[in-house]
Amino acid sequence: MIGPLDPRDVPSSAIDAVADAFERMEEVKAGREGLNLILWTDRVRAAQAARTCQRDIDAGREGGVLAGVPYVAKDNIATTELPTSCGSRMLENYVSAFEATAITRLRNAGAILVGKSNCDEFAMGSSTEYSAFGPARNPHDPCRVPGGSSGGSAGAVAADIVRFALGSETGGSVRQPAAFCGIVGVKPTYGRVSRYGLVAFASSLDQIGVFGRTVNDAAIVMEVIAGLDPHDATTSDAPVPRYRDAEERGVEGMVIGRPKEYFPPSLDPRIAALCDRALERMRAQGATVREISLPTTDLAIPVYYIVAPAEASSNLARFDGVRYGLRVRGGTLRDMYDRTRSAGFGPEVTRRILLGTYVLSAGYYDAYYKKAQEVRALIAGEFRRTFASGVDLIFTPTTPSVAFKHGAKSDPYEMYLNDIFTVTANLAGIPGISVPIGRLDGLPVGGQLMAAHFDEMAMFRGAYALERALGAEAHR
Amino acid sequence: MSLDRWEMVVGLEVHVQLKTRSKAFCACSTQYGAPPNINTCPVCLALPGTLPVLNLEAVRLAVRAAHALSCTVNPTSVFARKNYFYPDLPKGYQISQYDRPLAVNGSLTIGESADGMPITVGITRLHLEEDAGKSIHDRYPSATAIDLNRAGVPLVEIVSEPDMRSSRDAGAYLRTLKQILEFTEVSDVNMEEGSLRVDANVSARLRGETRLGTKTEVKNMNSFSGVERALEAEFARQVDVLERGGRVEQQTMLWDGARGVVRPARSKEASHDYRYFPEPDLPPLVLSKEWIEEQRRSLPELPAARRGRFATEYALPPADIEILTSSVALADYYEQAARAHGDGKAVANWVRGEVLAAVNAAGISVREFPVRPGDLADLLNLVRDGKVSHTAAKRIFAEMRKSGERPAQIADREGLLQEGNADAIAVWVDEVMAEHPEETRRFLAGERKLLGVLVGAVMKKSKGRADPKQVNQLLTSRSTG
Repeated sequence: MIGPLDPRDVPSSAIDAVADAFERMEEVKAGREGLNLILWTDRVRAAQAARTCQRDIDAGREGGVLAGVPYVAKDNIATTELPTSCGSRMLENYVSAFEATAITRLRNAGAILVGKSNCDEFAMGSSTEYSAFGPARNPHDPCRVPGGSSGGSAGAVAADIVRFALGSETGGSVRQPAAFCGIVGVKPTYGRVSRYGLVAFASSLDQIGVFGRTVNDAAIVMEVIAGLDPHDATTSDAPVPRYRDAEERGVEGMVIGRPKEYFPPSLDPRIAALCDRALERMRAQGATVREISLPTTDLAIPVYYIVAPAEASSNLARFDGVRYGLRVRGGTLRDMYDRTRSAGFGPEVTRRILLGTYVLSAGYYDAYYKKAQEVRALIAGEFRRTFASGVDLIFTPTTPSVAFKHGAKSDPYEMYLNDIFTVTANLAGIPGISVPIGRLDGLPVGGQLMAAHFDEMAMFRGAYALERALGAEAHR
Repeated sequence: MSLDRWEMVVGLEVHVQLKTRSKAFCACSTQYGAPPNINTCPVCLALPGTLPVLNLEAVRLAVRAAHALSCTVNPTSVFARKNYFYPDLPKGYQISQYDRPLAVNGSLTIGESADGMPITVGITRLHLEEDAGKSIHDRYPSATAIDLNRAGVPLVEIVSEPDMRSSRDAGAYLRTLKQILEFTEVSDVNMEEGSLRVDANVSARLRGETRLGTKTEVKNMNSFSGVERALEAEFARQVDVLERGGRVEQQTMLWDGARGVVRPARSKEASHDYRYFPEPDLPPLVLSKEWIEEQRRSLPELPAARRGRFATEYALPPADIEILTSSVALADYYEQAARAHGDGKAVANWVRGEVLAAVNAAGISVREFPVRPGDLADLLNLVRDGKVSHTAAKRIFAEMRKSGERPAQIADREGLLQEGNADAIAVWVDEVMAEHPEETRRFLAGERKLLGVLVGAVMKKSKGRADPKQVNQLLTSRSTG
């Protein structure tokens, strides 16, 4: 079932591949009444796309590296053929008039969009419980969350509905659900993948990410979606390497840092043990493991929960009932704003807008937002110095725990702590990947590899090596 | 109440629309007057997921304006979000610049004081930002209509120091600024189309006082004279408050031009916390020193410099200079004609008189005027060389306006070329003397004042073709010969 998504293993036909995806959705009950992973589909349209694609393949036309491969995209990525609701009442049934750059690039590579996946409302959350359309469930155990905020995408890949999926990251929303669902999740360097069409949560942290069943699947998709986009001024013009070449290169001679702050005494010792096994396997492949320290780590969560809500409070101002989405009429303009936004946004989104508005307010800006940006620069500087000192990769657990049960994290702050090992990469803008490294009571555990800015190549080298070294152990 | 004891202190914030073809952060047209919401796209409608991409032409024009106002252009400036809710602000924030503006520390000389010292107004800052859309409240009985054609159009905001001391200063500042922005082709500067908007900060203090009084912000003026009147009204209101021992409240006042009064804006319109923070969707704007310098070098001669040169190079009186430098087009027209002809004053008289009258009558720009500067110079050359009379020149000019023909051609066809041939002139003089025996007798007897009568008769007989100078000489020589 798990195999590379490359020309050796293209589905027998695009039509079958798409039909299989829809069959599998029904089989695992991916809809509202079941796992609630997929919010919107259009079977007729997808089948039509598959027929067109197959005609091209049959006619011998160059079909692209992902020709006929079905996928799902998180519901906060703009698509013209399916709604883009961001898991929010505010945008229920909203269909975008334009398409995200990543979606266009995938279509040009032959991939076929079969669904939009459930997520925490506007990507704010770590469990996909904060979706206005109900919580998503983990295919490994429906009583548990798939992680979040890209839980639907992670679940869809884990449940074998699709080979890959798009998610988005602001503080770990791809890597964390990948870990909880036992699949691979990539968060690229900030500026590597265009954000055009990704509905903004926190613009300086957001990045579209990729879920794959394997490292190779994720690498291929990254090759397709990465690169300069004239619609996104924050994308880089650095050339996109052939990430699949990382497979051959291995990790021999690489230095892998093990930061002690990511292995605190409070960490579940069984997770620490799985991490150390993973490190041991990489050492066996010729890597050197070095104990390192990243002392600013414990500042990351407070900094993140100032910067992200601040930007969110501004980014979500456009949902005002004037041009699109929900409008609840009111006697005055102010009434209309109040009613629309109160009805359209769920409690977590409201909480973050309030928090963000507060930290940007006159008199508080310097103490909160400005200070947070200064600390953020310290965190980024610490990573930069670490990578400059000869460390090629940093290895950590992706999450402090396995997938938790629905409702287990009722305190928002406890939910925020889930991101403790992942937010640092977003704050520093560096790439990170979560790879399955074993199971705990049958539930997946993920290991995280982080690399220097735009060194996805190093990240993939480590990930391929880890995947190969662990083999079936990664899922046991 | 004695206004004379009090001094007005004014600083102005001017928003100027840059003359770009497309908007600041998307490719939509900036064309004025298009049907509502036609010039829009996902970006300027702020559809979810869209991102701004900076229009470099807007940056170029803003840097030009900054140089023209002697500002220091910052090699690195930062865009910021100014957050507030309003239906015509699609994103819920305006992309502007805040603590790191494009340019700072400029100045503008707006005239001379009574004792001949230049009056200079400091420019605090100049920054780039985008316009909001337009709310139309009077189109539908119970609804506000929104037109987002203007949303995202690039602007510069130019903030002055509180260096003006009268409404006249403010008017002079605005007119000088407008002229500079036109000269540098940064903006069309059209208040009716909203391409220039002015907010004023005004306060009052006793003469001799050096500290500033509490200021109010006056908005909603839609002409330069409106600004002047609004300042007078607000100043009088403040003085009234102060004279009665009250305190001026820091607030926003709205000018009601129809009634000629200022009234306080509702507090909601005034009390915004804009929650500025750096715009994360746009990297800092980094400009190389070379590029900045290149923009400075490409500036045309500014109005003040040109006025100075017109005085020295063409020896023109101030009144001529004032008129001829009122626009780049007119100054260019004048200068091309003056260079081709040589006599600056003669050209100035023609441009001020005939050319402007014709241009205004036709309601066109000088650039579109069919008589080009070279043609005008040719015509004046004919006059100078005695080939046509001044009267004939006016007739030729009128013809040139219609046909665009060369002046020599017209003069030839219409028989307006002056006769310089002494024999022909002698025949006309003989005939006139024969036809006017009485006047001729008295003239020859020494009654000099009759010279004019006889010259006039010769000119008439020759239908204006005789060179009056030669006629004059010939008649004079007969009387003394």
